[in-house]
Amino acid sequence: MKQEIGLLVIFLLVFLYDTFMPKNSLKALPVVTTLLMVVFTALGFGICYGGNTSAVAAFGGMYETSAVVTAIKNILNIGVIIVLIQSIRWANGELMIMRRGEFYELLLVTLFGMYLMISARHFLLFVIGLECASLPLAAMVAFDKNRYESHEAAVKYILTAVFSSAIFMMGLSFVYACAGSLYFDKIYNALYGEHTAMLVLALAFVISGVGFKLSLVPFHLWTADVYQGAPTSVTSYLSVISKGATAFAFLVILAQVFGSIYSQVWEWMLYALIILTITVGNLFAIRQRNMKRFLAFSSISQAGYIMLGIIAYNTMGVAAMMYYILVYIFSNLAAFGVIGAIENATGKISMDDYRGLYKTNPRLSFAMMLAMFSLAGIPPFAGFFSKFFIFTAAVGQGSVAIYVLVLIALINTIVSLYYYLLVVKAMFISDDECTIARFRSAFSERLGMWIAVAGIIFLGLLSPVYDYLLDLTADSSLLAYFIR
Amino acid sequence: MSVTIPILILAIPLFMFIFLGLCGKKMSHLLAGTLGTLGMGTVLVLAYYTAFNYFFSGQACFINEAGERLQHVIFNTTWLQFTDSLVIKLGFLLDPISAMMLVVITTISFMVHLYSLGYMRDHHGVFEKGFQRFYAFLSLFSFSMLGLVVATNIFQMYIFWELVGASSYLLIGFYYTKPSAVSASKKAFIVTRFADLGFLIGILTLSYYTGTFNFTDLTSVPVEGLADTFRVDLSTPETVLAGISSGAAPIFMGASVLTWALVLIFVGGMGKSAMLPLHIWLPDAMEGPTPVSALIHAATMVVAGVYLVARLFPLYLMENSALVIVTVVGAITAFYAAVVACTQVDIKRVLAFSTISQIAFMMVSLGVARPEYHEGLGYMASMFHLFTHAMFKALLFLGAGALIHAIGSNDYTEMHGLRKYMPITHWTFLIGCLAIAGIIPFSGFFSKDEILSAAGNYSVWVYIWMSLVAFMTAFYMFRLYYLIFWWKEHTVREGHHAPHDQPWTMSVPLIILAAITCVAGFIPFGNLVSWNGEPYDFMAHFDWSIATVSLIVAVAAILLATVMYRKENKLPAKMKNAMPALWRWAFHRFYWDELYMFITHKIIFGCVCRPLAWFDRHIIDGTMDSFAIVTNKASNAIKPLQSGQVQMYVWLYLIGALLLGGITILCLI
Repeated sequence: MKQEIGLLVIFLLVFLYDTFMPKNSLKALPVVTTLLMVVFTALGFGICYGGNTSAVAAFGGMYETSAVVTAIKNILNIGVIIVLIQSIRWANGELMIMRRGEFYELLLVTLFGMYLMISARHFLLFVIGLECASLPLAAMVAFDKNRYESHEAAVKYILTAVFSSAIFMMGLSFVYACAGSLYFDKIYNALYGEHTAMLVLALAFVISGVGFKLSLVPFHLWTADVYQGAPTSVTSYLSVISKGATAFAFLVILAQVFGSIYSQVWEWMLYALIILTITVGNLFAIRQRNMKRFLAFSSISQAGYIMLGIIAYNTMGVAAMMYYILVYIFSNLAAFGVIGAIENATGKISMDDYRGLYKTNPRLSFAMMLAMFSLAGIPPFAGFFSKFFIFTAAVGQGSVAIYVLVLIALINTIVSLYYYLLVVKAMFISDDECTIARFRSAFSERLGMWIAVAGIIFLGLLSPVYDYLLDLTADSSLLAYFIR
Repeated sequence: MSVTIPILILAIPLFMFIFLGLCGKKMSHLLAGTLGTLGMGTVLVLAYYTAFNYFFSGQACFINEAGERLQHVIFNTTWLQFTDSLVIKLGFLLDPISAMMLVVITTISFMVHLYSLGYMRDHHGVFEKGFQRFYAFLSLFSFSMLGLVVATNIFQMYIFWELVGASSYLLIGFYYTKPSAVSASKKAFIVTRFADLGFLIGILTLSYYTGTFNFTDLTSVPVEGLADTFRVDLSTPETVLAGISSGAAPIFMGASVLTWALVLIFVGGMGKSAMLPLHIWLPDAMEGPTPVSALIHAATMVVAGVYLVARLFPLYLMENSALVIVTVVGAITAFYAAVVACTQVDIKRVLAFSTISQIAFMMVSLGVARPEYHEGLGYMASMFHLFTHAMFKALLFLGAGALIHAIGSNDYTEMHGLRKYMPITHWTFLIGCLAIAGIIPFSGFFSKDEILSAAGNYSVWVYIWMSLVAFMTAFYMFRLYYLIFWWKEHTVREGHHAPHDQPWTMSVPLIILAAITCVAGFIPFGNLVSWNGEPYDFMAHFDWSIATVSLIVAVAAILLATVMYRKENKLPAKMKNAMPALWRWAFHRFYWDELYMFITHKIIFGCVCRPLAWFDRHIIDGTMDSFAIVTNKASNAIKPLQSGQVQMYVWLYLIGALLLGGITILCLI
């Protein structure tokens, strides 16, 4: 509960600052928010290490937090800090003068919603969290008032989001019909061993609702348009924080609510979704020339890899998934940091403009290369280890089907290697004159990139991080839900 | 003995390599060279101190009360631990031969460091390009070679064995803009690597059946005891069964596993020591700078094979057949190389073949050593010859370097009659020639005589054969000497100034080495080095009759060379025309290179590589290409899904959710 309260305090502080401070001091708002977030994250780590690690419940069992939950929230906070740092220059731009307070308030509200999704142990609270994390995002997507694409993206997002919420609610009502309760643990016990047609349909709807936010294929179609249309800071927030939080919430639901019908009902659904997600995401990523659209499809297929941690259905899978999310935050934010810096300086966003970038902006090209290598999973960068751990965890599940699944995932990494290296090739090998002139990015942008690049390089080499996550999940109560 | 000095002996060259390699470009040429030389000088002092301590301090860990010298492990740290028993250690072993090698390596290396300060620049004193790199590589080589000789276990030896191979590769290819140097360095690396494959298999076999890598364990076990663990007694079924169940090694293709292991290890030694048929890299290696030839390809690295056999000598003693192989390979190589050396025109090639021949002498000497003949005289003689040969061959190479430096060519036809112009080089070169020919009182006389008497004890045929080689050795060395320094008056080429002696940095090493060559024969070597550590009375086994015969042989050869080559005459041409086929074959080194070319290009490339290349091109690449094509097609086919219309998105969403549920229902219920 401490983290939610802390987040609310920050929200209120930002709100008060935005409303009551004199106009000329508002320029400091982005920095103030970022600093508040840093302090908050540091305190969050304090809870993680200092406080007791046993699960704490509130609201009559509707809400629960534990060491693992605190850890994933901390991981998300780190990502949010990087996003905030990277967005400082954009938020202080001319277009944003009147609205920068709203941007931060909306962002904090969605983060609060994600916290609720992760910690909810009752579906009503979960839905509140889900909506809280979805609807303000539409406003954020539309933040570039002057750009037509931004509006289009927001409209597409809100329409599909509402539709998916409806389907999700319908699924929940089916679940209620089957189990007679919306408490996670009661549903878990009630469903034990059942597999009626209604239950299966309920699960398909629930999964599609969450899969929408995770942009699993075939519920992903909004992703590319929204990522392309939204301001880059919002896109990076969407692709990393929103995705990471939802993935963990998805894990909690599948384990703690539907864990008792794992093999009967949803195991095969997830196989199909993972294969589709990774493959289709890759196939579309190959054709993209717009960098943001390209990263949209790349993040779709990355979501497929994250799902491997759930299908592994063991504690190592949970640890590997958290680690994957952490590494993915750093890698993707490094890429978005470069894209944002170039977009802010020159307004260029096409891969064709990146040709020969190495000659004009070697440092940016280098950061981008590391990000691509990490996303593709090339050793010794962190992305390699996260993929390695998640594959190991998945194979640990032991069935023949999972071997096939991992094999397909491995083949897909080869395809992904192709398109990630396409960017590197454009930057380094192309002989063309670069259309992007040499420029110096703002301090905040460079700081964000340095943090992300440091994460890419050192996370893979720092084995204690993964070991810590592994210890955490081994101690957690999640273990009890993993049954066959 | 404290561990500080041994560690420093290894650490200083390594540090010099890293330091000069990283910072060399930033400092002046002279400073880099001086630093490298000073570093090596320090190592020289430390190594002399260590060797002196080992031989003469009389400490209990070095020599026991009966006067036997002991193997002493100064330190031995675990480097890699795979399992409880499979441990690879790195350490420092001090025993007679490693102490002797420390002296040899540091002496020659220091001389070469000093000499190169003068050699590696042109006539105007401008340093060559890459001078700092040269010193960095020299330091790397010295480090590797020192690590090799002090290895406490065979795996450490293998590691450093490869390191010397790598540094030899780097130094042969030092003039990397010259295509011949590049191909020579590749050739050296590939041929020795190929031989090292045998070495590695030998190591693995040996350690698999003995359970240890350590030299002290391998060689200090009582000889009879270890023999039992390897051989299966085939006399009755019961003994075979007992032998196998007690862990004894099986017989493989008619030879015991110990024989196989020793022969395979010897193959590694053959590669490094350029024994027939793996000798082809050494003559080409002369493409490297001449000081490198002196250090690596005459004095130190090429004797690593001899050192390896000597190191494992107690094991070789258990298998007569392995020692016979060593003898036969050595004897054939010695003869072959001597014949070829008589016909070469490139002075460095002559010296290279002479080196091959002399190393083969050492191999033969090890091969004929038996405790029952003169208490293992051959072993002592081999090590003695290794020592003296290192000194006088380095002297000859450095002398040749001085000549090449002055003339600018390797070809003796450009030299002739240089004695008046380069007196220091002339006299030191003559001392080297006398030593290698075996004239009393120069060092070569004593060591070669020991070898011949060891051979004579073993078999009279080996003795006669090796005496023949000794005859040829004296002949071709004096042929070379006369052709360089006499034959006819030197003609100074148009536009060149007259050749002259070298700067002091080059002369001093020549003079020091010549001095060592003059006196080294009188070192009571038997007291210091013997196969089992017991002091060995040198003079008691000295055979004056053999000494006299070999002296007569050497003098006869020198006389023949004098008659043929002292003044310009027709005799050599007549000789050549009398045996045209033999001469042609010898001149072309008996076409070994062509044979290798035929085998690699025609047979290996044609029959093995080409089908593999086809497989790679068509099957493997084809699979990958079709994979890419399928991906591309699929990507194209699903493009319409991303239409940009929200209605379509929602439809697909709904269909997806329903299909997901529907198919699951159909499958499960």
